[in-house]
Formats: sequence, C-alpha cells, structure tokens
Amino acid sequence: MTTAAQPAGATAAQPAGATAAIGHLEERLRQMRDGGRKLLVPYVTGGLDDEWLLTVEGLASAGADAIEIGIPFSDPMIDGPTIQEASLRALRRGTTPEGILADLARLDTGTPLVVMTYYNLIAHNGPRRMAGIIAEAGVSGVIVPDLPLEELGPWADAADEAGLATVLLVAPSTPPGRIAAIADRSRGFVYGVGRMGVTGEQAELADSAREVAVRVTAVTDLPVCIGIGVSTPDQAVEVCGVADGVVVGSALVRRLLDGEGPLGAARFVRSLRQALDGGRTRR
Amino acid sequence: MTQRGAPDREVPPAAPLMGDPGPTGRFGEFGGRFVPESLVPACLELEAAFRDAWGDPSFRAELDGILHSFGGRPTPVTECVRLSGELGVRVLLKREDLAHTGSHKINNVVGQGLLARRMGKHRLIAETGAGQHGVATATAAALFGMDCVVYMGEVDTRRQELNVFRMELLGAEVRPVSSGSRTLKDAVNEALRDWVASVGDTHYCLGSVMGPHPYPWMVRELQRVVGDEAREQCRTLLGGRDPDVVVACAGGGSNAAGTFAGFADRTASALVGVEAAGGAALTVGVPGVLHGMRSILMQDEEGQILEAESISAGLDYPGIGPEHAHLAAIGRARYESAGDEEVVEAFGRLARSEGIIPALESAHALAWVLRAAGTPALPTGSTVLVTLSGRGDKDVGQVRDILRATTSGSRR
Repeated sequence: MTTAAQPAGATAAQPAGATAAIGHLEERLRQMRDGGRKLLVPYVTGGLDDEWLLTVEGLASAGADAIEIGIPFSDPMIDGPTIQEASLRALRRGTTPEGILADLARLDTGTPLVVMTYYNLIAHNGPRRMAGIIAEAGVSGVIVPDLPLEELGPWADAADEAGLATVLLVAPSTPPGRIAAIADRSRGFVYGVGRMGVTGEQAELADSAREVAVRVTAVTDLPVCIGIGVSTPDQAVEVCGVADGVVVGSALVRRLLDGEGPLGAARFVRSLRQALDGGRTRR
Repeated sequence: MTQRGAPDREVPPAAPLMGDPGPTGRFGEFGGRFVPESLVPACLELEAAFRDAWGDPSFRAELDGILHSFGGRPTPVTECVRLSGELGVRVLLKREDLAHTGSHKINNVVGQGLLARRMGKHRLIAETGAGQHGVATATAAALFGMDCVVYMGEVDTRRQELNVFRMELLGAEVRPVSSGSRTLKDAVNEALRDWVASVGDTHYCLGSVMGPHPYPWMVRELQRVVGDEAREQCRTLLGGRDPDVVVACAGGGSNAAGTFAGFADRTASALVGVEAAGGAALTVGVPGVLHGMRSILMQDEEGQILEAESISAGLDYPGIGPEHAHLAAIGRARYESAGDEEVVEAFGRLARSEGIIPALESAHALAWVLRAAGTPALPTGSTVLVTLSGRGDKDVGQVRDILRATTSGSRR
C-alpha cells in the first residue's frame, strides 16, 4: 500500500467527486493559455517515496498548471530508464493504484491532477470501475499511453461518464488526417510527443518537437502541451514558441531519484516556471 | 489469482477459424493493437505490407524457395515406433528440430526478413528467450545482409550462453536486458522501446504469435507451413485419416499456432497446447493487456504482470498469444501445463527410445503425451501428432546439471 502519511499542511479535503472534475482540466488550461500564460505540467511517479505527496504540493506552489501523476506499472513500455527505475522503486515500496488514488483524494492543492497509467491497470479492474475510483479521488484527467484511438472505446466511454478528461497523444509519426481525429477526441489538452522514442532527458530539443507543435496547434483549439524529450528551462521556452505548454517528466523524476526531495523538485519546477513566464511575450 | 474484473469486451464480428482477423486484429475478444501512438503508423504500414505480400504469388514463391533450399523444408514426420509400443498410443513427430537453426523459428524470420526487405528496412531487431528466435533472426539478417540487434534478458544470456555466442558469430549484437525480471517479457519491452526510436529504418522481427496486430496473425500465417505440411504427411501415413490429437508446446505459442492452423478448421483432431507450469497463462491467468495485445496474462491482484519461471527460457512468458486465448475460450483447443520434473523425464525418454534429443520447450508437449497416454484425453489405440518445435542441443548442459544434482541426492 501507499502509506504516505498526511503531509504537513495538507487539508483533509473531501474527495472532489465526479461532478467537480468535469471540465475542470480543460477549462483551467484554456483560461491560463488565453491569459497568455505558458502551461507547465510536471510529472511525478506516484508512491515513489514517503514524501511524494509533499512533492506534489510543492509542484503546485512552484507554478504547475496541472500535475501528472504516474501510476506505476510492472512493464512501462514507453518509458526510458529514469521512469522505469522510479516505477520499480515505487512498486517495491508496495505502491498500488488504489493506494495512490486514496492518497490523492486527501490532497487539495487547487491544481488539476492528471493520472498517467498503462491500460492493463485499468482493464484489470474494468474501465468503468477504475474511472469511478479515479474521479472520486478528485483527479480530472487521464493519460493512457498504450491506448491509441482505435482501442479507446470502452475506456473513453467510461471516462466520459465519470467526467474524466482522456488526454490523447499525437506522435511525430502521426499522419495529418489522424492528427485531426486524435485532437477531436482528446479532452483537457492534446499531448504532443516531442520525439520518436521513450521518455528520457535529452541534451537538445528534437526538431520533431517543434514540428509536432506546429502540426497539432494548426488543427485544434485545445491547449497543446509537448512532452517526452523536454528536459530544461531553455528547451521548454523553445518549444513554447509554438506550443501552449510542456510536460516535464524524466528531468524532474531524476532529481527525485537523486534524493533532491520535494524542495529540489519544487526548485526545478520554479526555474521552468520563471523561464516560461519570461518568454510570455512570444505569443 | 484474482477474480476477473468487469470485462470491457466488445462483440466482435464472427471470423473464420484461424483466418484473417481483419483490420482490428481481433480474435474474439482478444488481440488488438495496444501500442503507443508513435508505433501505430508502423503497425498499420506493416499490416498493409504483409497483406500485400501474402497475396502476391511472387513473394510466396520466393519464401517457399528459401525455406526449401536454405531452411530445409519440408521437415519430415517421424513415427516413434518404440515409444508408441510402450505407451499404447501411436506417436508421430513433426520434426521442426530438423529445420535450419534447429527450430521452427526459421519459418517466421525468413518471412519477416523478406518482408522487411520489401518494405525497404535494413535493420532487424528481435527479442529472444531461449535464444532460438534470436539465432534465427541473426541468421535471416546474415542471409539478407541486414544489421541485427537482439534483446535478451540478462538471466537468459547466462542460461543460454552458447546461443549468445551463436548470434554473435552470425554478426548480430546481443544486448542483455537488465530491467524488470530480466527475462523474455523484459526483452520484449526493450525491443519495443528500440522500435519506437528506430521505426524509420528498422523492422521489429517479433518471434511469436503475440504483440500488436498484425503480429499474431502474421506470425501464425508464416508458421502455418508446419501444420499444412503435417496434415498432408499424416494423411499419407494414416491412410487418409487425421491424428486424433495434435499437441504442441506454447510460450507465446508460435509453433502451436502454426500447427493448429493446419488442423483447426479442416480436421476434427483435438488440439492441445502445453504451457510450462511456471508460465501457464491459460491455467492461472486472467484477461489483460500487455505488449500491444489483449490476451490472458499472469497478473497479481492489482494487475501488475507476474514473472514466469520454468526450466525452459523459451516458455518463460507470463502470457500467451491472443488467438490461443480465443481458441481456449471457444473450446477449439485446450491448454495444459507440464512441470519441470516431468519435462526432464520426457527429454531423456525421447532421447533413449527414439534417438532424438528434443528442446526443453518441445519436451513439454511430450511430457503431456506421456502423462495423458491411456487416459480419456489420449486413449490407448489413438494417434497423436506432436510438433517437435526444436532440437535439444542448446539444453544439454542445463539438463546435465539438473540430472547430476538429482543423482547426487540434492533433489529439491
């Protein structure tokens, strides 16, 4: 079980419930985007250590516009070494999906939460039951990276019913007609995959990150955030020349694995925030 | 194991038994294409290329020609005279151990290698458990002049050291995988991770009837030659009759799928797949999604994938191909399991009574025959065809160690 204690300063809020989650994510992100703010979505592996809820709270106060929580799976196929190690570490602590969600239900940061997990953890419980549990935890969006458009049916229906936004991904390899179809079915925002490859830090922003941002923003009014291969404040600013925002995962999780703790994580996210705010005039 | 969760099943259109699963790649409620968006276009491209090639007589003729002149096909069916006498059951073996590289895996890799060339890809990647598929892929890469990288669990590289060296001799690079359980399932994860980053010039030469559509269908079609040959050979041997029972071992299940494809809708033969007791998805698994497919998988109560564990690296997979899950669900095939001890016994028995050393994987199918002979599942006087998927040279050292440990009194 994820047994992280009630973090200091967290209010014991009632679970927000499905109705509160409806539209929460998209409304919030649109509002920010339309106000000229670049969106910052940090990722942290749920149940990574005893302090992970403090980390989430710290990210919220450091300027995150939404926070992505990874629910660890035994076989994280699209993740590189950093997130793999974090997942393994969390699982060895006895972290479970329901434990993470129970912990999240106690958080009230005011920042929308999005969970990311592989489809088996949903299928195993049944999409409808899992959507219910996720929504009851006050989470407003879900990313399922191994669930492409064609396989979306049972989950998307259950998620819609529970008021959860299913965030879909567009890859550099996605052909134009398909981009429009994905953007059309995506809720909350569209997750643009910055490079062909697994999650992980990169020394330089791939050309494909900008290209994906250009292609997706051209066909949708939804906020478009680029993730996978966005590791530094400079890279975040660069891709936000086109995109509405960024998702930063491995660069943050690596700091947690290195023992920088909630404070180090918050410091890093604040540096991303400041860089993005400095680049506000771009759009 | 856990209760089955509320299923998210859709009602699939009726498809012919072991036919084309159509664009959704569904076998009943199983199969599909559960891959990251980055890989969807590659899977679609591969499906279209395979559909096109498989319908092209010149592709089929070239494949048949290579499998004949290079692969050693057709492989014979051998009657086990002494074993049959001992068991009271007529035992026939489909001799895939006699195919080039020592197993049925060559059928699949020559087909996929040709297809990769047709698609303009010049690099092959593969996962391997026991090393048979890795060796076969390295062989195809050498034959077609392609680069080759094989992912193999760290545990398996130690269990199958000689196969690692064989792959290297053939010019392939073997990358040990140290994530997760360090066996076959993790090698698949790592190959998929490579493919996401390399899909432009690389073909993922998947080794079994698993993974995202079109792999389960494509690999079964490429292995169908085993079943088609065996059916005709049995009819010649048996005066036009079919065997009463057809048996094959199943990890992912490619030799079983190829064998069953020759019999499923054209004969009344009973079909039996035999899994390793430590990797018996269809005995202890529940529906789930892994490696791009919906199938039956060994999982804990949260849905985390369990690690398979058996004597044979080739069967150490916590799932099974989706079409097998479907054949089990509709009752056209049934799936049994065999334990390590009876497998070692079957391994030695075939060697002594017939002069054939089987792969440990294949010995699972034989172990079931030894156990079932004379029971209602395989009555006295009946005829059974066993696909001997590979030869046991690779396993001789491991079996020697097990037998020495046993005879020196340290059993268990």
